[in-house]
Amino acid sequence: MDLLNALVALANFVLIPAAAYGAQLALGALGVTLIYGILRFSNFAHGDTMAFGAMATILVTWGFQSLGLHFGPLPTALLALPIGIAACALFVLGTDRAVYRFYRRQKTSPVVLVIVSMGVMFIMNGLVRFIIGPDDQSFADGERFIVNAREFKSWTGLEEGLALKTSQGITIVVALLTVAVLFWFLNRTRTGKSMRAFSDNEDLALLSGINPERVVAITWIIVAALATIAGTLYGLDKSFKPFTYFQLLLPIFAAAIVGGLGSPIGAIAGGFVIAFSEVMITYAYKKVLGYALPGGWEPDGLVQLLSTDYKFAVSFVILIVVLLFRPTGLFKGKSV
Amino acid sequence: MSPNLRITGLFALVALLIIGAGFLQSWNVALGILNMGLISAIMALGVNMQWGYAGLFNVGVMGFAALGGLGAVLVAMPPVNAAWAAGGLRVLAGLALAVASIALAVLLWRRMRPSWTRGGAVMALLFAGFFAFRAVFDGGVAAIEAVDPAATGYLGGLGLPVILGWPAGALLAAGAAWIVGKTALGLRSDYLAIATLGIAEIIIAVLKNEDWLSRGVKNVIGLPRPVPYEVDLRDSEAFAARAQDLGLDVVTASSIAVKLAYAGLFGVVLVALLYLSERALRSPWGRMMRAIRDNETAARAMGKNVTRRHLQIFILGSAVCGLAGAMMTTLDGQLTPGSYQPLRYTFLIWVMVIVGGSGNNWGAVLGGFLVWFLWVEVEPFGLWLMQTLTAPLADGSALKEHLIDSAAHMRLLTMGIILLVVLRFSPRGLIPER
Repeated sequence: MDLLNALVALANFVLIPAAAYGAQLALGALGVTLIYGILRFSNFAHGDTMAFGAMATILVTWGFQSLGLHFGPLPTALLALPIGIAACALFVLGTDRAVYRFYRRQKTSPVVLVIVSMGVMFIMNGLVRFIIGPDDQSFADGERFIVNAREFKSWTGLEEGLALKTSQGITIVVALLTVAVLFWFLNRTRTGKSMRAFSDNEDLALLSGINPERVVAITWIIVAALATIAGTLYGLDKSFKPFTYFQLLLPIFAAAIVGGLGSPIGAIAGGFVIAFSEVMITYAYKKVLGYALPGGWEPDGLVQLLSTDYKFAVSFVILIVVLLFRPTGLFKGKSV
Repeated sequence: MSPNLRITGLFALVALLIIGAGFLQSWNVALGILNMGLISAIMALGVNMQWGYAGLFNVGVMGFAALGGLGAVLVAMPPVNAAWAAGGLRVLAGLALAVASIALAVLLWRRMRPSWTRGGAVMALLFAGFFAFRAVFDGGVAAIEAVDPAATGYLGGLGLPVILGWPAGALLAAGAAWIVGKTALGLRSDYLAIATLGIAEIIIAVLKNEDWLSRGVKNVIGLPRPVPYEVDLRDSEAFAARAQDLGLDVVTASSIAVKLAYAGLFGVVLVALLYLSERALRSPWGRMMRAIRDNETAARAMGKNVTRRHLQIFILGSAVCGLAGAMMTTLDGQLTPGSYQPLRYTFLIWVMVIVGGSGNNWGAVLGGFLVWFLWVEVEPFGLWLMQTLTAPLADGSALKEHLIDSAAHMRLLTMGIILLVVLRFSPRGLIPER
């Protein structure tokens, strides 16, 4: 019974949150990795793209809520998501047209593009703060829990409760759907195949008559969709604050690099590796160990390996270790 | 236009802008811009060494600047003897244990033959080392932080003059740069960028959490100053008489005098650094650096040790950033780890370097002044603009209030636009590399 309690506590505080966070990171890392594969630069504006998409979704959500439009037990934000994605895609295509296309035609080095993306990052960050403000925004509605801790306790008779928030359930389901659609698109459709061909060998792809501008535009649209979904899910699960999205850049890049830049499967794996290590290393195991260990052995301290504020350090150390020992990432990414 | 005329003209323009702010706003504002402009220029020089000379993409400026600030605190603040007695040695012993176990692990990794046993042994050693470190270290930290937490609760510094903290800050940043460089410099440029971005966040996290070292988010305030206090000046009769002669109010005069004193100190540092960097850039060493930047393979084929040179310039540039960080903490008189934000302390410095002209020291300095001026002045200008634009709207309308409240966020937008415009139309910056 005690072991069960320990397991439930572990699931409640570590496994479920880490799975949801991992799904959000994976979606973010997929965007980074696609840009890297097709446009061949590290997009520093990705965190702010997520913030922009999430902001558009939030504004539409508020509109729907004031119109009395709701999505039953699910958050209204899911209804608003397509419009948010469209807004984000339009904006991102606009930046490509106004900014990136010029450098693409000149075939500038990737580092210059990274600096250019820093400029875009400033603009997007400023716009988001300008439109919605720098503060926390709440936009979640609908049922809060799929499984409530109290119900779970009375249902199983365990001491520990297990809560599954709607946002966490939705995150995992939506992420699974998105990834399935993305992989179907990349592997089964003509456009997806042309994108992969472009990523593998640009010259060969051009020779076979693939239109580069079309590939790039579709990439941006997919990236905007992924970023908006990731941003909205993160906002539903935690809360929306522009600055946190900027800070997500580090774990997202860590996930993409750990998985292997340019490799979509790698991005997903990397997302979960980073999320689970962050949560597991910064969780205080006092409660779990208290159940799992025989009586009298309970630890006095929190049994926390690192304080939660060092979560960046975790993704960083994993990043460095992978780069030192397997520079192309877990799933052979490309190195330009 | 000859390059020298261009440089002179642009610097005169920036000087005019700052003097204009003096006339239109107040001399306090203008001197404030000048002082932070001097510091920004030094930071930009540091980034320019790494990016402009050697092509190293360091986006961890914030971390190195914060370490410099810590250096100033550790040198200038008076030591807290009670805290040292309570747990100083224990904390030091814990840190020594951590360093020893890492060193031992590295040694083991190098000495043993590649096998699973080696990996297991190193992992086991690190694991054991970590728990031993926590066992010794945690107790010491708790004891130190219990010593009068409202006022001290940390080890304090050495109680030396704060000017000595500047080189100390540079040294701290150089040490961190050595560690980062050793691990991450072999990586591709954008991997290095992510690595430095991460190290900066970690440094800030350490400063925020390790209360025994930096008081964390409780901030260290009241750093000793290298210049007199305004209050003392006001009380001095000689000063009051001089202010009267100049026709100035004593209060204003005192704050202007203090700011001018800072400007003098910072100016000396900037001029010295600029002189040294110009000499270095024009020396065989500088030509070698640029050769490495432009073609690594060719430079390596000529027998240049590219890895060592990269490490060297990375450490030098980071040290300069640390120096500027220490000066900034001195100017503020406090270390506030919560206020370090990458947009302001890393990416803004990059805007300065790119706008000014990467690879050119004068360009970096100019960019430091100009971009800092804009960063400060965009806010009041944005507010004015918004008020003018929204004037036709009815008072109290939600849109009008929102627009006026959001005017403060125009500066990020402006910086992005400036960066993109310069990159597009003048990619080598205002003062291009010669």
